[in-house]
Amino acid sequence: MDVLNLARWQFGITTVYHFLMVPLTIGLSLLVAGMQTAWVRTGDDKYLRMTKFWGKLLLINFAMGVVTGIVQEFQFGMNWNEYSRFVGDVFGAPLAMEGLLAFFVESTFLGLWIFGWDRLSKRVHLACAWAFSLATMVSAYFILAANSWMQHPVGVRFVDGKPQMTSIGDVLTNPTVLAAFPHTIAGAFAVAGAFLVGIAVWWLWRRRDTDDEHRPVWRASLKLGAWVGAVSFVALLVSGDAQAKLMFEQQPMKMAAAEALCATEEPAGFSVFAVGELTGQDCTQVKSLTVPALLSFLANGDLTSEVKGVNDLVAEYQERYGEYYPDDPALGELAGKPIDYVPNLPVTYWSFRLMIGLGAISAGVGLLALWLTRGGRLPRSRWLVRAALWSIALPFAANSFGWIFTEMGRQPFVVVPNPVGIDGMWMFTAQAVSRLSAGEVWASLITLTAVYGVLAVVEIYLLRKYVRGGVEGAMPPRRADQADDDNVLSFAY
Amino acid sequence: MDLATLWFVIIAVLWLGYLFLEGFDFGVGMLLRVLGRTEPERRVLINTIGPVWDGNEVWLLVAGGATFAAFPGWYASLFSTAYVPLLIFLLALIGRGVMFEYRGKVDSDRWRNVWDWILVVCSWVATIGVGAVLVTNVFGLPIDEAGNRVGGPLAMLDWYSVLGGLAVAGYALVHGAVFIALKTEGDIRARARRLALRAGPIAVVPLVALLVLVGLRENTTFGWIAVAIVLAAAVIAWLRLAAWQEGQAFALLGLAVVGTVMTLFAALHPYVVPSTVDPAFSLTIADAASSPYTLEVMSWVALFGTPAVLIYQGWTYWVFRQRIAVHHMPPVKVP
Repeated sequence: MDVLNLARWQFGITTVYHFLMVPLTIGLSLLVAGMQTAWVRTGDDKYLRMTKFWGKLLLINFAMGVVTGIVQEFQFGMNWNEYSRFVGDVFGAPLAMEGLLAFFVESTFLGLWIFGWDRLSKRVHLACAWAFSLATMVSAYFILAANSWMQHPVGVRFVDGKPQMTSIGDVLTNPTVLAAFPHTIAGAFAVAGAFLVGIAVWWLWRRRDTDDEHRPVWRASLKLGAWVGAVSFVALLVSGDAQAKLMFEQQPMKMAAAEALCATEEPAGFSVFAVGELTGQDCTQVKSLTVPALLSFLANGDLTSEVKGVNDLVAEYQERYGEYYPDDPALGELAGKPIDYVPNLPVTYWSFRLMIGLGAISAGVGLLALWLTRGGRLPRSRWLVRAALWSIALPFAANSFGWIFTEMGRQPFVVVPNPVGIDGMWMFTAQAVSRLSAGEVWASLITLTAVYGVLAVVEIYLLRKYVRGGVEGAMPPRRADQADDDNVLSFAY
Repeated sequence: MDLATLWFVIIAVLWLGYLFLEGFDFGVGMLLRVLGRTEPERRVLINTIGPVWDGNEVWLLVAGGATFAAFPGWYASLFSTAYVPLLIFLLALIGRGVMFEYRGKVDSDRWRNVWDWILVVCSWVATIGVGAVLVTNVFGLPIDEAGNRVGGPLAMLDWYSVLGGLAVAGYALVHGAVFIALKTEGDIRARARRLALRAGPIAVVPLVALLVLVGLRENTTFGWIAVAIVLAAAVIAWLRLAAWQEGQAFALLGLAVVGTVMTLFAALHPYVVPSTVDPAFSLTIADAASSPYTLEVMSWVALFGTPAVLIYQGWTYWVFRQRIAVHHMPPVKVP
């Protein structure tokens, strides 16, 4: 593999991996802050136990999100230095703001929250929980603003062949980020909801025939998780629909690729399932189950309008953005070659469907679990428990597929041209990569993947151990033998 | 002072914050198995930095992010040229980062042992790595006129990298030991103080050598003043530590970092990446800087953001100001 593909694989692997931790952190930290608020306000011990149990799992996951996030910031400069030079004037700002305004808050107040039990007053300690959990959202906003700029560059002018920022306000209120942010946050809550449901159902089932003093904890968690999951799913549909409509305008090729729609249709149908080779050249190879006119509705909100297919868009893109890569030796094998404007269709087509399908199943399982445990009932069916546990994985996967879709769907661009933006303001992925030797990028790809693999095993082992430990395992140890004034540390690593 | 120069100073300040804060928490990690002889003692050591290490590390991320925003050319050249050292550094940060949360999560000596050694090795590697990269950057990187590396993956490493790595590691070791002496009670405190007093004068030799080397090369009044600050601070720190004034010794060593960062960044000015291939290829502050508008926006962000960070991080250190000892450790309780 050449440096370009190695660097792309590394970005894909490290980013998808990082984004397994991130949504759970975002969703769960806000839910835990909510549980702690309920405890402070009502004094009901059930909420304290919820805070402690889910908080423990949150922390095990949080650590991984932090360390994998550092890699993200470094790899723009390491693997993608041409990209960094090109976009630095505008792309660096939201990243630096994320660090200064959000990540500092997150990491500092998380430390205060972990060690601050009994050392800080109840209210100050609660404020720390809100500080770090809200900071995770602020973090997400800045990162999504940076990503959205790559999808849809705004707020810049073109000086000496490089974008120069003219309005930070435009960058931070890019319509793309305004749609991507609610969608991503809803995705994070979907993850947290399914996590609560799966684990709570398992505990209710495990103690179905014995008394369990913690049953109220699991019931409340199940209820919270199922509702959060269901509401998130609705929010995902609404925000996803807004995002798709925007995308048809901003990146028509990506949406045509999501459908593997090769020829322009009027009205266009939505393909639910397809058999055959999705190449984009020839639609006759593909047998597809299609809902008539639905795609026109998704794109434009009516049942009659035209949606452009891949083949027509290719001609349009060639005219606007060129047919051949520049004959620059830095582009390696691609120098002077024709530009392939069609993203990897099987990937875009299926990841788009899996994103929606898996999200729907998970929300459905949550509601089913809620129904089956209504009015004090306990889960009796082994199948329900299995489904609920497996459903934990679904929103994680749906999030990953969503990102794979949106990032691979913008290829061959790393900075996608804004159709109503400045002429020349785009960058091909092939131009973005650093001039490195393949050996060192291999070394990086292999070591990071291996370390991430080992850490995944460790994290899952610990999560499993602390899930099985239940509420008891998460409560702080009792220390009857110590005087109060000696209580310097209520918690220690 | 123009905005680009202001940002050069801000980046220096962010590095200062990073070296000051994570310097001692790296030092605590480096000394874990030397000063912590029993499991409860090692727990004490880890918990001296437990609530604050993550906040300390963010200084580096912000230094990196600010370099990206204010000097994209610098960020792009440095990070790609120092590829292998930075990769190793990243792996070390990953190991250390998960260690804090995971070490106490399983009640087994073997488990804790593994994480102990991960902390020790990662702390050494990260400290040496960050010192090597920063100091080599000051003396110059092998870059061509486009700012890309000339030569193989290890082309950037030279004797300055070795000296830089040792200098920062030696300093971190002493600052870590003094921090432990400041934050603990009993045997560990005495042991840490003794170690700092005995090993300190040797451990700072590479740092002094580095600063004198920079001083001779630059030969400016400002440079020599900065070197003098470092030497004076280190000597007085030793004396205050000998008098059991750990807090003063700790602060004085912090002043030594200030002097070190001043020396290094004054030597780097007006460049951000001097080229060792041809001086004409060197990146200057002006070459690498973002547009005035971007710098202005970032200046406003820094103006409001930085004081807030200093206030709430300062408050964290205040909240966890007490000395801790073995008898403060809550019992181990895992499911």
